[in-house]
Amino acid sequence: MLEVHNLQTYFYTRAGLVKAVDGVSFSLWSGETLAIVGESGCGKSVTALSLMRLLADPPGRIVGGAVRLDGRDLLGLNAAAMRQVRGKDVSMVFQEPMTSLNPVMTIGRQIGEALMLHGAGSREGVRDRTLEMLRLVGIPEPAQRVREYPHQLSGGMRQRAMIAIALACNPKVLIADEPTSALDVTIQAQILELMANLQRKLGTAMILITHDLGVVAETADRVIVMYAGRKVEEAAVDELFARPLHPYTRGLMRSIPRFAVMRNGVAPAGRLQEIPGMVPALSALPTGCAFAPRCAFASDICRRDYPRYEEKRAGHWSACWHSDRLVGAADG
Amino acid sequence: MGAYLVRRFLLMVLTLFGMSVLIFVMLRLVPGNITDIIFDSAGFVNPAKKAAIERQLGLDQPIVTQYITWMAGLARGDLGYAFVSEKPALDEILPRIPVTAKLAVLALAFSVLFGVPLGVISAVRQNTGLDYVLRVVSLSGLSLPSFWLGLLILMACVHWFGWIPIYRSSPDNFWQEIALLSIPAAAVGFRSSALVMRLTRSSMLEVLRQDYIRTARAKGASEPSVNYDHALRNAVLPVVTVIGIEAAFLVGGLIVTETVFNIPGVARFLVEAIRWRDYPIVQNLVMFIAIIVVMVNFIVDMAYAALDPRIKYEE
Repeated sequence: MLEVHNLQTYFYTRAGLVKAVDGVSFSLWSGETLAIVGESGCGKSVTALSLMRLLADPPGRIVGGAVRLDGRDLLGLNAAAMRQVRGKDVSMVFQEPMTSLNPVMTIGRQIGEALMLHGAGSREGVRDRTLEMLRLVGIPEPAQRVREYPHQLSGGMRQRAMIAIALACNPKVLIADEPTSALDVTIQAQILELMANLQRKLGTAMILITHDLGVVAETADRVIVMYAGRKVEEAAVDELFARPLHPYTRGLMRSIPRFAVMRNGVAPAGRLQEIPGMVPALSALPTGCAFAPRCAFASDICRRDYPRYEEKRAGHWSACWHSDRLVGAADG
Repeated sequence: MGAYLVRRFLLMVLTLFGMSVLIFVMLRLVPGNITDIIFDSAGFVNPAKKAAIERQLGLDQPIVTQYITWMAGLARGDLGYAFVSEKPALDEILPRIPVTAKLAVLALAFSVLFGVPLGVISAVRQNTGLDYVLRVVSLSGLSLPSFWLGLLILMACVHWFGWIPIYRSSPDNFWQEIALLSIPAAAVGFRSSALVMRLTRSSMLEVLRQDYIRTARAKGASEPSVNYDHALRNAVLPVVTVIGIEAAFLVGGLIVTETVFNIPGVARFLVEAIRWRDYPIVQNLVMFIAIIVVMVNFIVDMAYAALDPRIKYEE
C-alpha cells in the first residue's frame, strides 16, 4: 500500500553535505506494523519526516526516490495536495507529548482541527467525533477533557490525545516516531497496548520508529534496521530475533538487559555488552561498510566496499559480507 | 480571583501613593517657584510683594502641609487652581485630555497594526530580502527620535503637497480629526511599532521551532493557519507585555510630537506648566498619567491570563 523507493534525504549544512537517509526502500502492507530500528542519528526519524514531507527546507531536502501511497507519488504532490494527505491518509505521533501539543489551545480544539481540515462537516459532527476519539484512546471524562489545556494533562494522557489527533480521520498509515520514549515505563506499556488495539480495530498500517528492541518484539510484524542512513537488515520480527544476519543488529540485541536469565535462577550472563565506538558522523562516513570500524567481524573487504543488500534467506535481507559467519557464531 | 483583584487593587493604591509623594517632592526640588519666575521676568524683586503672592498661593506653608492640602483636595475631587491662569486646574486639564487620548490610542494602534503582522512576515520569511528590508526599517524606527521624524514628515508634506496637516481645535467631524491626528500618531508610533515588530519576529522564530508547530503541520494545517492560529497565539505573549510598557513610554513621545505638530493636548500643556512651576497643574497631570499607566499594566496582566491558559491569578 505504501511503497518507499530509494528515498534520499540530504541536509545541506555548513559542515557539508549530510546524507541522513541514503537510498532507503521499503513497503508497508495495510494493517501491518513495520518497525524501523536504530541508534540516535541513524536516519529513522528523518525517514519518517520525509514521508510526511515535514522537514524544514533548508537545510533538509528530499533529493531522490519516491513515496507511493496506493500508487500516488507523495513527493510529486504540490503543497495543497500534500496538506490533504497529511492528517488524513498519513498521520504522525511524535516523541515528545509534553511539547507536541499547542499550550494555548484546548484539547478538543486540537483534535477537532484535524477533523475540520479534512471536511468532517458540521460543528456537532466534529464535537461528537472528538468525544468519540477521546473515549477511544481511553481518556476518562472526555466531556470535561475537551475543554482542558495540555498543561492540565499528564504525559501519558497527552500522548493519548496526540494519538486521538492522529487517528481522528482514520488514516491509512500512522507513523509513530518514538511514541513511548519520553514516558514512564508503566505508561509505555499502556500506550503501546492502546496503539496495537486501535490498529487492530481501525485496520491502520503503522510505521513504528524506535530504538527500543523490547518495543519492537512486542508490537512489530516486520523490522527494518537502519545504520548511518541506510537499511542494513530487514526481516519478519521472529526471524530477526532468532537469526540476526547483521553484526549491528546482533550488537543491538546483546545490549538489552536480560531479566529472563536471572529469573530462572541461573547466574546473570556477565556484563551487559555494548557496541564499541560511536555512530560515525554522517558527513564523514568511512568508505566501505559504515559499521566496519565498530564491527568484530570486519575484514579488508568490509573497509573497501560497501556490501550489497541481499536476500540471505527467504524474506530476510541484510547488507553484510559476513552474514554466513554470523549464523555460525554462537550467540553470547 | 476575587482575592487576587483585591490584593492587586491595594497594590495599585500603594503605588499611586508612592508616586504622589515622589511627584510632589521632586517638583519642589526644582529650583525656583512661580514667584521667582514672575519677578525674574519683571527684572526686579519686591520681597514684600513676593511673600504676599507666595502666601496667596500657599507656597509659604511647610511642604507636609502643602502635601496634605493637595491630597485632601484630591479626595474631594478638588484639584486646586492653576497658578498661571487662575482657573480651576480641573477645567484646564479635562478639555485637553481627549485630543491626547486619541493621539495615544492612534499611536498604539499604529504600533500594533504594523508591528505584529510585519513581525510575523519577517519571521516566516526569515533571511529573505523582505526580512532584511523589514529589519532595516525597524532598526531605523528604533534609532530615529520621534521629533526629528515629525519634522521630516512636516517638511515632506510642505515639499510635496505645499500643505501642513495642522491640527484644528474644532475639526469638522470625527474622521477629519482622526485623519489630522494620524500623521503625528504615526511619527510617535513608528518607534514602538519597530520595537513590537522586532519582538514579534524573535518571538515567532522561537515558537516556529516548537514541536507543536510540527504537529499542526502534520495535521494538514495550511501555512497561514500554522503561522497565525498556532504560532502567533503563543508568540504574542511577550509582545503584550512590551505594549504595556510602551504605553508608558508613549507619554514622552507625545510631549515632543504635540509640540512639533502644534497639537493642544495634555502633553504639551504639561511642559508649559513645568516651565512656569505651575504646581497644581503639573502634580495633578502627572498623577493622572500615573493612574493611566498603572491601569494599563493591570489590563496587560489580565490580558496575559486571558491569552495564556497556563496563567491563573489565584492564591
